[in-house]
Amino acid sequence: MIDPKINRRSLLARGALIGGFALTPQLALAAAGTDQRLVFIILRGAMDGLAAIPPIGDARLSQLRGGLAQPPEQFGAMLKLTSDFAAHPALKGFASLFAAGEAGVVHAIASPYRERSHFDAQNILETGGNAAYALKDGWLNRLLPLLPAAPPPVAIAATLPALLRGAAPTTSFAPSRLPDASASLKARVAALYENDALLHRLWNEAMATEVMAGSSDGGAGNPQGLAASAARLLADPAGPRIAVLDLGGWDTHAGQALRLANQLRQLDGVITALKTGLGSAWANTLVIAATEFGRTVAANGTGGTDHGTASAALLAGGRLMGGPAAGRVLGDWPGLSRLFDDRDLMPTTSLNSLFVGAAAGLFGLDPDLVTRRVFAAAPAPPLALIRA
Amino acid sequence: MSLAAIALNRFGLGARPGDAAPADPRGWLLGQLGRFDPRPAVITALPNAAAMTLQYRQNLAQLRRQGVIGARRPGDPEAPRGPEAEAMANQAQRERRKAFAQAYGGQVGARLTLSLTSATPFAERLMHFWANHFAISTDKLATATMGGPLEFEAIRPNIGGRFSDMLLAVTRHPGMQFYLDQAQSIGPNSLLGEAARRRNAPRQPGLNENLAREILELHTLGAGNYTQADVAGLARALTGWSIGGFVRRPLGVAAPDGQFVFQPAWHEPGGVTVAGRPYRQNGEAQALAILNDLANHPHTARCLAEKLARHFVADAPPSALVERMADAYLASGGQLLALYRALVEAPEAWATPLAKFKTPWDWLVSSLRALGRENMPPLQAIGALRELGQPVWRPGSPAGWEDDAARWAAPDALLRRVEIASRIAAPLAASIDARSLASRILPGTLSAATASAIARAESPAEGLALLLVAPEFLRR
Repeated sequence: MIDPKINRRSLLARGALIGGFALTPQLALAAAGTDQRLVFIILRGAMDGLAAIPPIGDARLSQLRGGLAQPPEQFGAMLKLTSDFAAHPALKGFASLFAAGEAGVVHAIASPYRERSHFDAQNILETGGNAAYALKDGWLNRLLPLLPAAPPPVAIAATLPALLRGAAPTTSFAPSRLPDASASLKARVAALYENDALLHRLWNEAMATEVMAGSSDGGAGNPQGLAASAARLLADPAGPRIAVLDLGGWDTHAGQALRLANQLRQLDGVITALKTGLGSAWANTLVIAATEFGRTVAANGTGGTDHGTASAALLAGGRLMGGPAAGRVLGDWPGLSRLFDDRDLMPTTSLNSLFVGAAAGLFGLDPDLVTRRVFAAAPAPPLALIRA
Repeated sequence: MSLAAIALNRFGLGARPGDAAPADPRGWLLGQLGRFDPRPAVITALPNAAAMTLQYRQNLAQLRRQGVIGARRPGDPEAPRGPEAEAMANQAQRERRKAFAQAYGGQVGARLTLSLTSATPFAERLMHFWANHFAISTDKLATATMGGPLEFEAIRPNIGGRFSDMLLAVTRHPGMQFYLDQAQSIGPNSLLGEAARRRNAPRQPGLNENLAREILELHTLGAGNYTQADVAGLARALTGWSIGGFVRRPLGVAAPDGQFVFQPAWHEPGGVTVAGRPYRQNGEAQALAILNDLANHPHTARCLAEKLARHFVADAPPSALVERMADAYLASGGQLLALYRALVEAPEAWATPLAKFKTPWDWLVSSLRALGRENMPPLQAIGALRELGQPVWRPGSPAGWEDDAARWAAPDALLRRVEIASRIAAPLAASIDARSLASRILPGTLSAATASAIARAESPAEGLALLLVAPEFLRR
């Protein structure tokens, strides 16, 4: 009588809203008061900035990392960005945007958080606070009252990330079937069951069957598809002006080389899909991809890296052209001879500097106002990114 | 592990974030029978068995008019034909399905809400246990909307009384009567049977042994403890036990839709023997006496004790415990509270933690409770439970759902739990810290490995999902 597959899947396929707001109709109601677009990509799990944007001019990297300093052979050679930095070969699209002045990097960047819990760090990244769970709303939500009226920002996810939570209205939108359980969750479940004979056996059988049936989507769903949906919404002249994407799977404790290469290829696909989908609106767009913390400089014993401190943030979008971040790697490079806690890339730029600079530059706001109203708990000097 | 944790998780429906550890766990459990609300508002707000019987009867009439079922009776108009009639029939079918879905959804929603908000979770568990003991399956037209009413009306008010009262209430309920074809079981030598023979009616009325057999095998004595002669005897005694609204035959007593009615003219006269005892009563009193004796039979005591111990303690419960429970039940004259007390007071019931693998229902309920959820949209719950392999009130057989790990711990089922955990955890991940929740939900059972896996999860949502599928959360 009631087919659960139809209930669940087709609702999602039809564009069900999960955040409590009616979706497309409402998004199209009001004309937006600005034509600037912001896309925020949360890289959950701690992206290794040293592998994404390796400091090729720093000989310490190979010394500390060994073989892991080189990308897997099949991906090709590093893509040189500047004399000191390259992009991982999986970031082809990003590297060509960088060359065209439509992308940039801020390196050795971190939130105010100096410990190593994903939860706490993501909470600080998203709330803009200086302690985990100290703030109840996301910094992007606190920014909204300062912006010209526009349809509510949209999270391209089944649920609203903390970044968007708060008093100002927001929506979330799941345009297609979202992955049921990510590859990352499945890997952790496998580890959790390792010492439980029954569950270990059952889980292995389930995974083997899934592989045979070809039903596994690799767990990451289709991030490019999600990015295309975000672009479609943002490209609409009367659509929302801010979108948030969630990309998990960066916690590469083991077998990092291949896993990270695939992750970066996905991120690259997301950025490319945004540019394609936004069309002429790309000229007015800024994309920020940031993660909660970086990873250890040295490789661990399982071909991976552990939780670290500073990482890199990637910027893209036509709005960068002609500005201080266009085709540049920003941030004070601390080098790898002096490490934070003797293990991590030393943070030299606050993520909040990036956020204040991006928000103020993109929307033409006074950076002091943004700092006072949005980042009062953890103020940081604004980073100039965008030409006035 | 503390006794309080066992009380909350093994005997209850799983801890909620705000639940205080009971100071006297055994007293807390047994005291719930007195505090249990048999008729909460979420239930009384729903259409009852009478309304569902009326709906069923109207559906049958509609189907008969459309020529979909049954033979035409003299005087019935010709069933309509042609594309227009077909379209109307299809439309009617869609409406029937919608009405079924709505009623079923409301009932599942009420059951879930009660489970998520209950302050008497042990009593609620017992209610689920007995509903499964007296299982019907709603995949039959006649019982499509009877799962809720049977549970709410026949089981729920009787979980703390005498087992014989529950047995009687269930046997008389339209849900069970329709499911096991009792409502039109008629004695061949009853007044009605004789009249039919005299008239040489094309279809002679007869008795149906279905309910009698399942009462003996599933509800009371248990498999191997009865004979075919016992089935025949009980079936004869039950003739005439019927439901109002379905009396189309002559010589029937009119009764409101859905209400139990005894039809003297359908009852097979004469004495019967069941389980070695003769019953010479006339009429309704005959089956009443049999049911009462069956309820207090040592075989029944043993069956109930073993099943209840299997449900709460272990797939193969210690036989000494089962014996003690059965003895306590018999000594009390068939009081369920005595059975529960023997269970709760037994050291064995508290000895080996995490011996039971949760059923899908118990896992979903405990997951939602752990997250502090007080409800879930019925369609979502129905979908999740179907994916997990345990659609509510649809075990497909009167034996109900199996109650051991062999049935529920399977590869695909485990993967579904992980997927559903991921889905229900995600919306709450920003407001719940899985690390602190874990020790509150699993006091004393949370392993270091699970705590560390949760703490090291890639995102809050992942941490919360890991808690819900941790080995110690899948079991109780």
